[in-house]
Amino acid sequence: MKQVILPELGEGIEKATVACWHAAVGDRVAGDTDVVELVTDKATFSVPAEASGIIKEILVGEGGEAKVGEVLAIIEPQTGPQR
Amino acid sequence: MIQEMTICHVKDLGLIDYEQAYVLQKQHVDEVLRGGPQTLLLCEHPPVLTLGRLADGKNLLIGGEELARRGVGVHPIDRGGDITLHAPGQLIVYPILDLAHFGKDLRRYLRQLEQVAIDLLGDFDIVANRFSGQTGVWVGPKKIASIGIGVRRWIAFHGLAVNVNTDLELFAMIRPCGLDVEMTSMAAVKKQEVCLQEVKEKMMGRFLKNFYLQRARD
Repeated sequence: MKQVILPELGEGIEKATVACWHAAVGDRVAGDTDVVELVTDKATFSVPAEASGIIKEILVGEGGEAKVGEVLAIIEPQTGPQR
Repeated sequence: MIQEMTICHVKDLGLIDYEQAYVLQKQHVDEVLRGGPQTLLLCEHPPVLTLGRLADGKNLLIGGEELARRGVGVHPIDRGGDITLHAPGQLIVYPILDLAHFGKDLRRYLRQLEQVAIDLLGDFDIVANRFSGQTGVWVGPKKIASIGIGVRRWIAFHGLAVNVNTDLELFAMIRPCGLDVEMTSMAAVKKQEVCLQEVKEKMMGRFLKNFYLQRARD
């Protein structure tokens, strides 16, 4: 299992809000797809899946707050041909 | 130590529709992602309202019909912040920058954008400041420049809007940034119209200097 983690966004930024998910549980995503958009202060920040696979679980829903390093979603890696 | 200057393209888009400029921003983000040049886009927009990701519908103070009558579009977009207004006379800067060159720090970048606006206003003998933990730039209690950014793979887009000769009455349509704040412009402070072209040139200069960028020869 691969985790989508809230990355370091800068000094003094300890948390961010999930603005929207671009994928839902069960969706197949490629590693370079932006799966979630975060918002903090006056900035949005898109986070890529990093791993290709199926979204197994979303742990922080839209409007939810999470801390830097917190797991936002879990991806079950899939190898082989896409679709 | 001599730091090598990063090359930056500067494009003046003139008066351009919001959507058109948005498409261009996204194209430039893709270009920077592919290793292309960083670019500073300068423009003005016809009257338009944009809603950032944290926008609260309550901050739009007039109805859809009235907006249509006035020909003012409303766009929900992928930048931070609440509602804002763009209109002719407001200088917009969309820096498409790779923040990997600037410390990968969202807050630091926001402060750097504020500093560009503060320095630019200083060039016109206008004393501007930050205001109690809010993002943006103020002259006394009135807000003169607004900031909202989007970041993808550390490539920044959206940016900074400075009211130069903006018709301030247009702001009555909204509660700017969701704040009970009065907006001002360089013209209102100077009590006379300010040459936008001159502001544009000074903005370019300030931006390149503050971010240690070298303008590309186009």
